[in-house]
Amino acid sequence: MSNPTERQPAWRAMLADYLGMAVVIVALIVVFSLLARNFFQAATFRTIANEIPDRVIVAVGMTFVLIIAGIDLSVGSVLAVSGAVLGACMALWHWPLALAIPACLAVGLACGAANGLVSVGWRIPSFIVTLGMLEVARGAAYLVTGSRTQYIGSRIEVVADASVLGLSLPFVLALAIVAAGQFVLSRTVFGRHLIAIGTNEEAVRLSGIDPRPRKLAVFMLCGLLTALAAVVHTSRLASANPNAGVGFELEAIAAVVIGGTSLMGGRGSVVRSFLGVVIIAILSSGLNQLGAQEPTKRVITGAVIVAAVIADHYRHRLGSKSQH
Amino acid sequence: MPDRGELLTCTGLWKSYAEPVLRDVGLTLAAGEVHALVGENGAGKSTLARIIAGITRPEKGALTLAGAPFAPASRADAERHGVRVVMQELNLIANLTVAENIYLDQLPSHFGVVDYATLHRNAREQMQRVGLGHIAPNRPVHTLGVGQQQLVEVAAGLSRRCRLLILDEPTAALTDSEVELLFAQIARLRADGVGILYISHRLEETQRIADRITVLRDGAVVGTRPVDDVSLDEIVRMMVGRDLSDVQPRVERTLGAEALRVEGLCRGQTVRDVSFAVREGEVLGLAGLMGSGRTETLRAIFGADRRDAGDIYLGSSPAPARIRSPRDAVRQGIALLTEDRKEQGLLLPLAVRVNATLARLGAVARFGQWLDPARERTAAARLVDALGVRCHSAEQPVATLSGGNQQKVVLARWLFRDCRVLLFDEPTRGIDVGAKFEIYRLLGELSEQGKAVVVASSDLLELLAICDRIAVMSAGRLAATFRRGEWSEDLIMQAALSEHMGAATA
Repeated sequence: MSNPTERQPAWRAMLADYLGMAVVIVALIVVFSLLARNFFQAATFRTIANEIPDRVIVAVGMTFVLIIAGIDLSVGSVLAVSGAVLGACMALWHWPLALAIPACLAVGLACGAANGLVSVGWRIPSFIVTLGMLEVARGAAYLVTGSRTQYIGSRIEVVADASVLGLSLPFVLALAIVAAGQFVLSRTVFGRHLIAIGTNEEAVRLSGIDPRPRKLAVFMLCGLLTALAAVVHTSRLASANPNAGVGFELEAIAAVVIGGTSLMGGRGSVVRSFLGVVIIAILSSGLNQLGAQEPTKRVITGAVIVAAVIADHYRHRLGSKSQH
Repeated sequence: MPDRGELLTCTGLWKSYAEPVLRDVGLTLAAGEVHALVGENGAGKSTLARIIAGITRPEKGALTLAGAPFAPASRADAERHGVRVVMQELNLIANLTVAENIYLDQLPSHFGVVDYATLHRNAREQMQRVGLGHIAPNRPVHTLGVGQQQLVEVAAGLSRRCRLLILDEPTAALTDSEVELLFAQIARLRADGVGILYISHRLEETQRIADRITVLRDGAVVGTRPVDDVSLDEIVRMMVGRDLSDVQPRVERTLGAEALRVEGLCRGQTVRDVSFAVREGEVLGLAGLMGSGRTETLRAIFGADRRDAGDIYLGSSPAPARIRSPRDAVRQGIALLTEDRKEQGLLLPLAVRVNATLARLGAVARFGQWLDPARERTAAARLVDALGVRCHSAEQPVATLSGGNQQKVVLARWLFRDCRVLLFDEPTRGIDVGAKFEIYRLLGELSEQGKAVVVASSDLLELLAICDRIAVMSAGRLAATFRRGEWSEDLIMQAALSEHMGAATA
């Protein structure tokens, strides 16, 4: 429609979509800058930018899974097992990077495919299937690495150290994946089908669209992105640790939920999930600089997650009220 | 009928949802009387039952129970006054045992610990009365068949002391011998002076056990008669004799080639050897009572449920169409507008635009994958316009629209998909009168464009107004097909009851 008055609300809705979270991020930065002398420095933001790429990439995959009303609890373990394969390929078998990375991605893809096939094929809730995969993949990570951290060294560090336009390669990669994910979700037929499936799967089926291959694709996508996050994670530490990614699934779900994606499916935004990761990272970094101990940090982070979801509840209600 | 005075009186009951479902309904029921309540689907029988049972409240009118004013605030309140109802839909908790279900609200216990010995002893006694004596009281309800579950429901109703028992279609899923046991129990209660309101489609049953019969039609009482003074034919006439003047009949038009032919369609007990054909430009009605298999027939054609047997032919193709899923059906030009548009049709929280374009997103995307927002908005606006959907803009969530406009959005989805065969299941359920006529108009336009249309509806008046032919289903079979001009409401109602009446005479 060319009528500009009809476009205005979409613009405003988009602004309202991101404005709230941007305000929270700015507020956090202001508060921590006032409280902690050393917070407002380039070094702080560089550290955050270095720490979040793997989390962001996992959060993108998780957003897609939550949108189809699924959940993936296995991302932490899948990250570990794909990283372990990467480590084994490079440290034990001395494969070149160009072969080890595809092997790592294949492992993640396979884990995602297993999650998808079992939950779609037997109609088992993805909560259960991926809970099983959480154990299976973690065990496999120990088996592959012989329960030892595999030190790879500089051959993998090149990934983390490479820079594009002054930003680290992983950070740029994460931003690119966020942009691509948002595009797929909001501007492609596939993305529209996913939102529809998450809203009312039976209605989608009766509209002549088979939900099953699409759901499978989402779990595979999540597995693949998790493996990509494993490459980033492994390169940052220059080693593959079978304990990598413990608790990652909860952190990813928290970030995505802070971003307003519904656990009931049908509603979500990749960009907002990214902002959710950023909020958690700033919170964690700021509390660190204030000298907060781990237990205190966890109490505060947990409270913030719940508060964010409550705030989103009101935001959503206001949003839907103003529309009519 | 032993005269023991009025137990229940209803006077001037009114109730409306989208439109009035009860209009000035009056009814009296004596203690020790079996009073049958009959009428077509949607005549208001169940609504009346729900009001007496305290589940719904009337807008106007009054009830008295044993001479005292009776205005139950809830089902529990009605039960405290000795009024119990066994509903048509099962109200059982599938994972609990038969005994637990029967005594759910009064489990015998010591200090909060359930006394299973007493529970099972009491339950066994109740179960024997309804012919469930061979079943262990500790069997989970979900392991029983539907008929047995219905008997459990009946047993639960009978287990309480009550003065008034409402049975809403209690025999729908029962075998003949189970029905006999139920009737024996009804006779026992009747002798005890319990008043029974018996709702059923099965006129031969009501003739057997009822003392009086009240016929409802379009929410109003047509008449109450002693059963001995009235014949089955008279009752049927009372049920259907309506005024047709307020719906203008559709004009005759020329029909094209055959668009859809169904041969020997079977699915379990619900669809039994159904065959029919529809031509381009034709509107075929599927009439029948609740549970006669109309919905199941449409779903089986569409591939929404697997069919056990039967072939579907589309257009002039001599080979049967391969339809094993809704996806196959839609690809070959068949659309189904489901009976329950909220659960099975719409994406309620999403915009009209998203709902309307869902089935053919490729048409508003570049390279078939990248959505083009401008093209999609144009398409949605055009559909909203063409169907007269009343909304602020195509961005409005469908949940905020009225029932009639929601139905238009579903219709828009299929128009956008450009299907040749349209299957409508209850297209005007829960829609106000004005919107109904708009849907009828749209249906007429579609058939003029050469689409083949099948409409399943429990509103006979609607089918009489819009169809070229009406196929009548009875207990899963296609009992008869009538052309416009050949049909009458009596004939259709007799065909709809045919499988049930046959069982009685056989």
